[in-house]
Amino acid sequence: MEFWLEPIIQGILLGGLYALFAAGLSLIFGVMRLVNIAHGDLIVLSSYVALTTSVMLGLHPLAAALIVVPVMALAGYGLQRLLLNRTMGNDILPPLLVTFGLSVIIQNALLTFYSADPQKLKAGAIETASLGIGPVSVGVLPLIVFMTAVLVIGLLQWMFYHTALGRAFRATSDRQDIVQLMGINRAHIFALAMALALAVTALAGVFLGIRTSFDPAAGGSRLIFGFEAVIIGGLGNIWGTLAGGVILGVAQTLGAKIDPGFQVQAGHLVFLIILAVRPRGLFPRID
Amino acid sequence: MTEALLDIQRLDAFYGDFQALYGVGMQVNRGDVIAVIGANGAGKTTLMRAVTGFLRARPDAVCWKGRPIGGMRVDQIAALGIALVPEGRLLFASLSVEENLMIGGQLKRKGPWSLKRIYDLFPVLEERRNAPATSLSGGQQQMVAIGRALMSNPELIMMDEISLGLAPVIIRSIYEALPGIIGEGLTAIVVEQDIAKALSVSSRVYCLQEGRVSLTGPSGKVSHDEISRAYFGI
Repeated sequence: MEFWLEPIIQGILLGGLYALFAAGLSLIFGVMRLVNIAHGDLIVLSSYVALTTSVMLGLHPLAAALIVVPVMALAGYGLQRLLLNRTMGNDILPPLLVTFGLSVIIQNALLTFYSADPQKLKAGAIETASLGIGPVSVGVLPLIVFMTAVLVIGLLQWMFYHTALGRAFRATSDRQDIVQLMGINRAHIFALAMALALAVTALAGVFLGIRTSFDPAAGGSRLIFGFEAVIIGGLGNIWGTLAGGVILGVAQTLGAKIDPGFQVQAGHLVFLIILAVRPRGLFPRID
Repeated sequence: MTEALLDIQRLDAFYGDFQALYGVGMQVNRGDVIAVIGANGAGKTTLMRAVTGFLRARPDAVCWKGRPIGGMRVDQIAALGIALVPEGRLLFASLSVEENLMIGGQLKRKGPWSLKRIYDLFPVLEERRNAPATSLSGGQQQMVAIGRALMSNPELIMMDEISLGLAPVIIRSIYEALPGIIGEGLTAIVVEQDIAKALSVSSRVYCLQEGRVSLTGPSGKVSHDEISRAYFGI
């Protein structure tokens, strides 16, 4: 029993990180039907921004997040206003292609500035600290990541359903044209959604960088994990995204328990099975 | 001479290469209720789309209080106090009835309209305030659409085919509510297929035919023959 309990708990906690990968994707797709292929690279970019910030200012990576989050949010606003809004229209393909190009540009820019050597954010003792809960020991860092994910997703949910901005996001998602009759500037709403998504992405990038080493090419698999969590949870459902992340995380850690080489594969398999049985995900919202 | 609230002059409008409006002119003074009638495809909805900014217009083709507003963004034009009840209602499906009304009031323009006033006007909406807006009956949805437009406290409200697809008894109840709306010193443009309804609520009528104004005059003075000529072009 304990043999399985530990990987399951680790998987649940890992799911928090995947939910953070996925929340930004889900938000952007939900509000403006934009499939952001560069999402994984933006996560890795955040890790590098955190690296530079923490090294240059001598900050702990978690403290650096206080700078990385607003920086990425601002970059997201600018990215949407100056570039992506120009590609938005009835066709979902042009913005998708532009984000694909963005992905290539980010990877190569990181390669130029930071080289291909793997990097890591050094967070000190917290990286290895653990708590003994009953028979199992739980890492402090994964616990922080998971609780942050729950908090972030709870806040997003609250924002969506209890604030004027959330109402504008949902209305924009419903009818991009009519929402303008309410005096709402669609370009601004899109940019705010991207800013919010990249703020979450920045957190994900900081946690990713503390948890594992990263290199300029690490974005692709993060994009895949994010996508899988979104699809498993069901499009447009924010709590579903957390559930999707947890399912993916548990599948991976159980897979690793069976055979360390089977970790990522197990996640993909579970994703494919759920996609085959429930193509709209477990808790779909968007029709 | 008093300045027109909305002054449309020589307005052309296009969908791609197709020209839908040819030199349309219209003067709307404060407190007017204007009826716009015409057959399907005459350009009534196109006119609404041009005024609200969904279709590009030459800047001086649409003037608001003497100021050219053609070519401005839709949200900027809405902020001036021009509201549209769009054809087909087009409510926000993932918002409740009350949220649809509240997003209408997001501009926070000052004026007499509030959630409470809307609920006084259409009591059934208060009973269904937390229901998803598109779960309501067609007539109730139309009330939400009208309420949503009023919540911005507009100076001009344009209503596009508000009786389309509704049962006669519902249409009557909505039109009975109109004097209570327009009585607030509001200026209105009512687009209607139902000519008798349009004439009964308006002070002045414009008839469109194939993208041109084919008739205009005081609603009480235009004759039946004149209207059928202007409407059908015979």
